Formats: sequence, structure tokens, C-alpha cells
Amino acid sequence: MASYDLPVEMLEPLKEKFPGVEVSGTGVLLVPAADLPAVAQELRDNPDYGFNMLTNLTAVDYNDHFIAVYNLVSLTHGHNLMLKVKLADRTAPAVPSLCPVWHAADWQEREAYDLLGINYTGCPGHPTRILLDDCFEGHPLRKDYQWEGGRE
Amino acid sequence: MKTQTYSLNMGPQHPSTHGVFRIVLELDGEVVVKATPVPGYLHRGIEKLAEARTYTQVIPYTDRMDYLASMLMNWGYVAAVEKLMGIEEEIPERAQYIRVITGELSRIASHMIATGDYAGNIGGLTGFTYTFRDRERIMDMFEMVCGSRMTVSYFRIGGVAADLPDEFFPACRQFISDLPSMCDEYDGLITGNEIFQARTKHVGIITPEDGINYGITGPSLRGSGIAYDLRKVRPYSVYDRFDFEVPLGERGDCFDRFSCRIKEMRQSARIIGQALDNLPDGPILAKVPKVIKPPAGDAYAEIESSKGVLGCYVVSDGSPKPYRVHFRRPSFINLGMLGKMCEGWKIADVIAILGSIDIVLGEVDC
Amino acid sequence: MGENLFTGIAAWLSALLNAAGVPLIANDIILMVVKFVAILVFILVNVLWLVYMERKVSAYIQCRIGPNRVGPKGLLQTVADIGKLLSKEIIIPRLSDKIVFLLAPVLIFVPPLMIMVVVPWGRDMAAVNMNIGVFYFLALASLSTLIFWMGGWSSYNKYSLVGAMRVVAQMVSYELPLVLALLGVIMLTGTLNMNTIIEAQRHTWFIFAQPLAFLIYFIAGVSETNRTPFDLVEGESEIIAGPYTEYSGMGYAMFMLAEYANVMLVSIMCTVMFLGGWLAPFGWTFIPSWFWFFIKVYVMIFIFMWIRWTYPRIRVDQLMGFGWKVLVPLSLANIFVTGVGMYIYRAIGW
Repeated sequence: MASYDLPVEMLEPLKEKFPGVEVSGTGVLLVPAADLPAVAQELRDNPDYGFNMLTNLTAVDYNDHFIAVYNLVSLTHGHNLMLKVKLADRTAPAVPSLCPVWHAADWQEREAYDLLGINYTGCPGHPTRILLDDCFEGHPLRKDYQWEGGRE
Repeated sequence: MKTQTYSLNMGPQHPSTHGVFRIVLELDGEVVVKATPVPGYLHRGIEKLAEARTYTQVIPYTDRMDYLASMLMNWGYVAAVEKLMGIEEEIPERAQYIRVITGELSRIASHMIATGDYAGNIGGLTGFTYTFRDRERIMDMFEMVCGSRMTVSYFRIGGVAADLPDEFFPACRQFISDLPSMCDEYDGLITGNEIFQARTKHVGIITPEDGINYGITGPSLRGSGIAYDLRKVRPYSVYDRFDFEVPLGERGDCFDRFSCRIKEMRQSARIIGQALDNLPDGPILAKVPKVIKPPAGDAYAEIESSKGVLGCYVVSDGSPKPYRVHFRRPSFINLGMLGKMCEGWKIADVIAILGSIDIVLGEVDC
Repeated sequence: MGENLFTGIAAWLSALLNAAGVPLIANDIILMVVKFVAILVFILVNVLWLVYMERKVSAYIQCRIGPNRVGPKGLLQTVADIGKLLSKEIIIPRLSDKIVFLLAPVLIFVPPLMIMVVVPWGRDMAAVNMNIGVFYFLALASLSTLIFWMGGWSSYNKYSLVGAMRVVAQMVSYELPLVLALLGVIMLTGTLNMNTIIEAQRHTWFIFAQPLAFLIYFIAGVSETNRTPFDLVEGESEIIAGPYTEYSGMGYAMFMLAEYANVMLVSIMCTVMFLGGWLAPFGWTFIPSWFWFFIKVYVMIFIFMWIRWTYPRIRVDQLMGFGWKVLVPLSLANIFVTGVGMYIYRAIGW
């Protein structure tokens, strides 16, 4: 099966521009949280990359840290790229919002906030819950989330 | 004269919000000033539930996402787990073809509901019963295949659950040969109707730039003229072996999105016909261990569902249960643009626009 | 034989009362009451039947079977439904205007029933042969608007309010082409008496003399009865049920049944004005006149139902645009052409 991940060598110029960026495996890019908006902007606007669609946005709780995951697609080149941002601060994880770059981030960031409690700073609809009730306490997809109660 | 806007709470109990969905409309007379979609009334926490199940046990939960195209929902999840396990190449040919056949049937069923339901939203309930009559035949075929009509749980990691029964083939062949005439009937009854066209043309336009920026996929994006169909641009499974076209719209209005779906049904029938002709013999399940324990790591896979691109992100820690499962649900992301699309249109258009992006609340709220 | 069935009964009753020595004035009053009650019962039975017919027609249009469980062929379905609705609680919203809210479903049947009094059901079969019958019809038909508005306004619900707004806008703007379309016929006959209008169609039905007026009348009539494609008032996929959103039980049923009474009314007027009323076509007088009338009304009702289950609903601005920009100018043009035509007709001296 053909791979549509962005070839690693194409990421060299990006690494020069943003020294904090690391390539981990094919089509996966580790980005420091502070660089994220600039990297995203570059990936979208540089015609070599042309990642014009943010297809997926989520996050994973790894007990001691969070990883925010972004999947980008270039409709012009047909490439895929996964961005990962490590959020070490477990108590108040925060990452800059990508809403200014891709509108698609809006609802997905709200969803990730809702379920994992990651603070996407600058997201216009933030921080409001999107799936859960407004008075819900906690963020259920966190690994330490414990629900008290059960079926009566 | 002093006028003021008022807010109208449309839903969650409303005949045409496709389930329990709520839109808070700020209205100036009949004109929408601001629309705020409020999803979440059908949130069941599938992603959370999946963390406490084994990899195979997650499959029935995926049925409950887009329950109108449950085969495709199965496929999205199974594809991600297979990618994680690195057994994509080992899926038997026959299983791949069966997946294509049942997946495309599911797509047709989903598009039929979208078509009929949209006619109902516009006010012509008759179209609704016609598409449901024809969809019934697909449901009967699914019953033959896996014993269930809606929540099929037919796909397995590494293949499918059972081989196609003998009675499936004549039924399926008859169905795909009848499908063009069914589509002609829908075209005559719904698409060609003057009032229907007046209601849908030039309404709720998605420009190509906006569509991409908002992450809209599926017929909703193709209605705007962007040929983004994963089956063509990044063929997965065996889709590169079939000859089919990707129907496109021109203006990106409700009518284009609607008519794209009817055209896609015809193309799906073509794919099924070719798959049935070339269906190879062989096993239907790859050699996968009884207890599925993918190596630690993560994988993201996408397939083209009936509503758009269904993505699934699976993280494994090496245990028999997934560490984290995330679904990129096309309905949810397509809905993100609803607020922007509705502004400036009338109450009736809100329903027309909502119907044209074809959401299933089970999928939106997950 | 059948021709004089009803007139015969009336004459017999009158003679009976006369023979019993009842004074003439009381005799008239009793006869009138009997006629009114007969019409009332006839309309209500018809409305029940129409609900059933609508369900059956829609079912066959939609490749379904429709009600077939209650009674033979499901004929008692509506009776069972009404029984169920009668036994239901009528929920009154706390903030509603209770008097108006409860008055609206009571009053909704009044205009159609009052109009039925002047309808010539057959030869010499109008309960009241009024010489301004058409005018009376138009005057009372527009009263329904007010009652819908009462229901929508008093419900204290935004959906009801939007629906009520639509009722007023729609009915007022379609009243105009309706009246103007009928004006063509009235110009030809020079009378407002329904019987005379029917008699004037002995040679040519006005559907042939005034085809445009018929079309305009028909479209405006569909709109007046709030049925698809002009059912914006209760457009269920948009505003739930419009003015009836808050009504439950029999209150809701009254609105629904009144819709059928209105459909019948519009069909009756169509028959009287354009389809020759009780006149028998092709000289087939072996079928009684009242039965001809009945057949024609039901053909019109069937067409109404056929349209309802075929077309989607148009949007509110398209509705207004169509009414004011297409139907009104066309009906005015029709009047002009009719006038000129009549002048030429006379000048030639046929």
C-alpha cells in the first residue's frame, strides 16, 4: 500500500527555520508548544507543503504528560503529516490555538478541551464545553478521571 | 420603527434536526442573524468506553456512531488498528473485496436516507418513503450477510466476520442493476422538482476555500467542486482497482451537495458491480492472534465514509485494550461551519442547509 | 328519481308541518334549522372521511397501504383517532392568554360552516339562496385568518408566533388574487348569486371561458387552505406546527379538521364558479344534480391531495414574491382581457 506521508527530507528546510522541531518517524513531527502557530502557518502557506486542511485534532493523556495530535492534509500535493505537541504541565496543560490558521480547529479544540481539559489559548469558543453538559465536572478522557456512582 | 431580534431555540426536540441537535437562532423576523449550534445531546462517551474494551469489542461501538453507514464506521476503526499492527498488507484479497462491496452498499444506504430525508426537510415527504423502500433491500442484504440490519459489526481486525452467503449474490446483482432506475426515480420526483430547486439552488454556499479551511469533507466538499475523495486521491484497500468517477458540484450550494449524493450512488453501484465480477476466492480473515495486542505506538488511518473522511486515531500501550481511541467524525467537523452558513438566511433555509450537510447525531456526538 | 330526493324531503316536511297547523313563520324556522343541522352533519362526516381519504391517498402515493386495521379497510380509523384525542388532556401553557387560547379552536369551525349555508348543493338545494353569495363567501373566508392568529398569538410560543405571522401574511396576500380571479367570472355573469352563476355555465363551464382565472383561483385556494406547497403556516420541518404547536388533544384536532373543512370549501367554490356546479356534463342527467356536484367537489379535493403529496414546500419570501409579483398582476391582466373581450363581444353583436 502506497504511503502518502510527507517524505522526511522535505522537512529539512522547516527544521532549519524552527530548530525546536524534531522529526520522529515518517510523517510525524514533534513541535514545541511555543512554535506551534508559526510552524502551522509555515506548513499551510509554504507552497512546498501546502497543508491546507487540518483533518484531525485530538490529544492523548500519557499519565505524566499530554500529547496534542494534529493531522494535516495537503489537498494540492496529497501529503499527510502528523504534528505532535508534548504538554509536560499536567495540572494546566495549554497549547496555542490553531483557529487562526485553520477554522477546522475550532470545534475540535473545544472537543479536546471538553474531554481532556487541554487549554487551547486563543480559541474563540474557548473554554466552553461542546459535547458534555455545561455543569459537568472534570474531563472524562483523562486517565485519572474517576466517576463516582453507577447504576442505582 | 423600533425593531429587535429574538432568539429561537430550535431543538433538541425538533422534527428536522436529524435527532437531538439544537441550534440557537438569533432572528430578525424570519432572517437569521446568528446561529449557534449546540451538539452533545447524544454523547455516549464511545471514546471513553473503548478504553475499557478489547480491540475487537470496540467494533460494535463504532456501529453506533453513524448508524446509517455502520459498515463504513467499522472499516474506519478496523483500518486504524490494522495500520497499528502493521498487517495492512496481509488482509486477504477476498476480505478486501467483501469490504468494498458491503462498504459501498452502506454508502448507498446512507445516501438514500440523506436524499429522502432532505426531500422531507424541504417539505415533500413522499420522496422519503421512496428512498426508504429501496434502502430496505440493502438492509435485507446486510441481514443475509451478518444477521443484523443496522448495527452490523461485520468487520473484524484482519478481515470480515463471515463469508458472503450464496443468496447474497443474486440479491446484490439485482439491486445494482435496479439502482440506476431508482436514481432516475429520485431525480424525477425530487431533483427535477421546480420548487425543490428554487429552495436549494444558491442557498448555503460553501466556497472551496472555506470548505477546506473548515475541514469539510465528503459530498459537502465535493459539492463545491473539490475532488477530494480518499478512494481516488489516496486509495486505500483495493479501491485503486476499480473504475469510477468522483461526481462534483459547481456552485457549492445545497442543491449541488444533494445531487452529488445521487450521482455517488450510481458510482457506488459501478464499484460493487466490478467487485462482484472480480471477487477472488480465498480466506476472509488474516492470521491474527486470538487476543489482539498491537505493539505500543499510535496510528491514524482515514477512510472515505458516506459523510466525509472518517479518521481513527488509535494509541496502544501493548495491552489487549486500546489506550486511547479517537474518531475524526466527518459529521461533527462538517457541522462546524453551520453557524457561518446559516447567517443571513431564513428559518426554512436553516433546515435546508442542515439537511444538505447530512449529519447523523450519533456520529456528531459520538 | 334521485333528483328531487332532498328537495322532496323538505317539501314533505313543510307540508307535514302545515297540515299540523304550525304557523307559517315557525314552519320556516323549523325547516331552516333542519337544513342547517343536515349541512352541519354532512360537513362533519365529510371531514372525518376526508382525513381518512387523505391518509389513504397519501399512502398509495408513497407506496404504502395506509390505515387498514380499525374497521373495514380502516374506515373507522379517524373515529378511533377522534376518540383518542377527545380523551386526552388539553394542556394550557401557563403564560398563555387562556381565554383566547381556548376560544380559537372553538371558533375555527364557524367560518366554513357559515359559508356552507349558501352553497347550492344541487338544483334548488341551497339552504339560503343569497343574492350576494360569492361576496358572503369571500367575506367569511378571510375570517379564518383572525382565528389562526388568535391561536398563534395566545400560545406564548415563538414557533406559534412565527406561524401566526405567516398565516396573516400569507392569507392576506393570497386573498387578493383569489378575489380578483373570481372577479372575471362575476364580470361575465354580472351577478353574485351562486345559483345564477351556475345557470350561466349551462353552455360553457367557466374553466374554459376563464382558464387563467381558474388557475389563479386554484393556486390561491391551495394557499388559503395552507396546504403544500404553501403550507408554511404549519411547515412541520421548520416551525413544528405553527400556530397549533401548543395545542393538544381535541384543540389540535379541531384545527386539523377545520383544515379539511376549508379544503372542502375551496373545492366547492371552485366547482360553483368554474366547473358548472351541479350541472350535468354531456347531458347525463340520469345522475342527480347533487351527486354531480359531489363528484366534482371530490375530484377537486383529490387534486388538492395529489399536489400536497407531490410537491415540497416553498419559502416564505418566494411565497410572497409569487403572490404579489405573479398572481396579482396576472389576475389584473385577466380582468382587463375579460373586460375588453366582453366589449368586443358585444360590439360584434353576437
